[in-house]
Amino acid sequence: MRRTALFLAGAAALTSLTLLAQQQQQQQPPSQPAPQQQSEVRMTINGPPGVPPKVAVAPFIALSTDAETVAAAKTIGDVLSDDLAYEREFYMIGKDVLATIPKATSMDAIPLEQYKELNANAIVIGSVRKTGNGVAVQVRVIDVQTGKAAFGKEYSGSIANPRAYAHTASDEIFKQWVGLNGVARTKLTFSSDRDGERMKGPAGDREIKEVYIADYDGANQRRVTATHTLNITPVWAPDGKSIAYTSYRRGYQDIFVSYIYEGRMETPANGSWAKQNYLPVFSPDGTKIAFTSTRDGNPEIYVMNRDGSGIRRMTDNPAIDVTPTWAPSGNQIAWTSDRTGNPQVYVMNADGTGQRRITTSGYCDRPTWSPDPFNEIAYAMRVGAGFDIMVYSFASGESRRITDGIGSNESPAFSPNGRHIAFASTRLGKQQIFTIARDGNDLRQITREGNNGYPNWSR
Amino acid sequence: MRERRVMMCALVLAAVFAGGCGKKKPPVARPVPPPPTETSPTGERPPAPPEPVRENPIVPAEPTISDDPLASGDLESINKNSPFQPVFYALDSSDVDAKGQQSLNADAEILKKYSTWTITIEGHCDERGTAEYNLALGERRALAAKTYLVSLGISADRLRTVSYGKEFPFDPGHDESAWSKNRRAHFVVTSK
Repeated sequence: MRRTALFLAGAAALTSLTLLAQQQQQQQPPSQPAPQQQSEVRMTINGPPGVPPKVAVAPFIALSTDAETVAAAKTIGDVLSDDLAYEREFYMIGKDVLATIPKATSMDAIPLEQYKELNANAIVIGSVRKTGNGVAVQVRVIDVQTGKAAFGKEYSGSIANPRAYAHTASDEIFKQWVGLNGVARTKLTFSSDRDGERMKGPAGDREIKEVYIADYDGANQRRVTATHTLNITPVWAPDGKSIAYTSYRRGYQDIFVSYIYEGRMETPANGSWAKQNYLPVFSPDGTKIAFTSTRDGNPEIYVMNRDGSGIRRMTDNPAIDVTPTWAPSGNQIAWTSDRTGNPQVYVMNADGTGQRRITTSGYCDRPTWSPDPFNEIAYAMRVGAGFDIMVYSFASGESRRITDGIGSNESPAFSPNGRHIAFASTRLGKQQIFTIARDGNDLRQITREGNNGYPNWSR
Repeated sequence: MRERRVMMCALVLAAVFAGGCGKKKPPVARPVPPPPTETSPTGERPPAPPEPVRENPIVPAEPTISDDPLASGDLESINKNSPFQPVFYALDSSDVDAKGQQSLNADAEILKKYSTWTITIEGHCDERGTAEYNLALGERRALAAKTYLVSLGISADRLRTVSYGKEFPFDPGHDESAWSKNRRAHFVVTSK
């Protein structure tokens, strides 16, 4: 009974605190100040059993007539519609159909009867009003049957990034309506050569790559490194405040942890030409980093504390061991080894014991463990001339194919709710980042400039 | 920082030699690329600009008259027409085959002749491997070439390795002709 109702205990104050805390975590500067929740209304919406609720996102109302407010109202409505469609929990009534309904000019004058004719169960609508130092944004979910608001929030803050209001409202609507952690406020990081810059070296000019971040839907793409060298394999720390990546800025490969909102960084693995380190990944609690290093003469998996102390070697094998990923519990690590010939995906306990292979044939690399509740591992498998994204299920012991053989598809990364996978694909020519639902539907292109690879999704 | 200092010295020397051979211009240190100026508002601070070299200006030596362009050339020209033969590898392999050994035998002779040169051995892979596994495979390719050179008596101190995976293909094509060129250990002279 996930979608029974919007519940609201009388814990508005508590919710409010939680919301603020989350936003402080997830919307670091330079995003605008966190929108603040000011009110809640409690109510339920009941759609027909067994059928997704039919949702109409009505045009948001600009209560101030200036162009900025009008534009913000349109953006928030459009983005919220996309956000709500992303999890495929609702049947979203198309924009062309909704265009036949006259625009409401006030939240209290919504043409309910016309939405009833479309068999809509819920109307999502909102308003934007200019205030002294920004905007006040109201978002409501109206039960079409009763005409009453089942969800109502007011947010206030800067007008600089109107999308943030839509993302916050979307995540809250998902949480309250279907008990689902949405991903509208999560971010992607990836490596890109879009700047077309080249580094000069003894081997001649070479294309550089810098680390970028973007909203989950590809908006607000922004460069976070400026090193004019090769920077690859970025991963988010679980708190979203730092990104670890592999950089060649000192010539050799080493792991940099960049506190992207503070402008400081660390090199916990303390690399050198003789001790190169790459492919870092944070443990789910953020206290450790697993990585690959050749410090003992061969690519092996290591784990260190986040400050670089307590380095422990996890694998000991003359073959290649590379690209670790943590289980959501933190108790296990999956990685790639070619100890039997071709690269295959293996799993071990986080202390290095109990090593076993889980893929059985072909060429398989870059495992990435799904967050709860799916006990699965995504990886790239060689298919023909390229790669496809596969997902291995521990329950069945089998893998299923997610991508369709078009282009080469690599480097899968799960969304924090496990329902989506970001990956790099050459399906349109240059390599770009895409997201796809875990059932292989709903492919979306995230990047369009230059070549982009090594995506990773914030928690 | 020590590496950077060494590099700077190498650059200064290279410039001195290059200048000394040809034109009348006084030797000048090659300009160091300016530190990156563009940073996003949220970005990291750009790396600190390279420290200026504080040693006394190096008096240019009388240019040695030499017919050997390798002895007199600067690093850039040496690497542009590299005397070293790359080692090529089979798909998914880091084994040095007989042909690769021949190349390395010849490369070892050059390293013996120019006994002050240090080189970086770059490991490269073709696009048919995954980006991540290729980082390790490229490293193994570079290490395999290094191990062979050391077995021929070249000091390990003169040989650095780095893997670029499939990041820097030599041939951007998408066929075996391109791929076979891109699976290699590539030699770059980094100081002389």
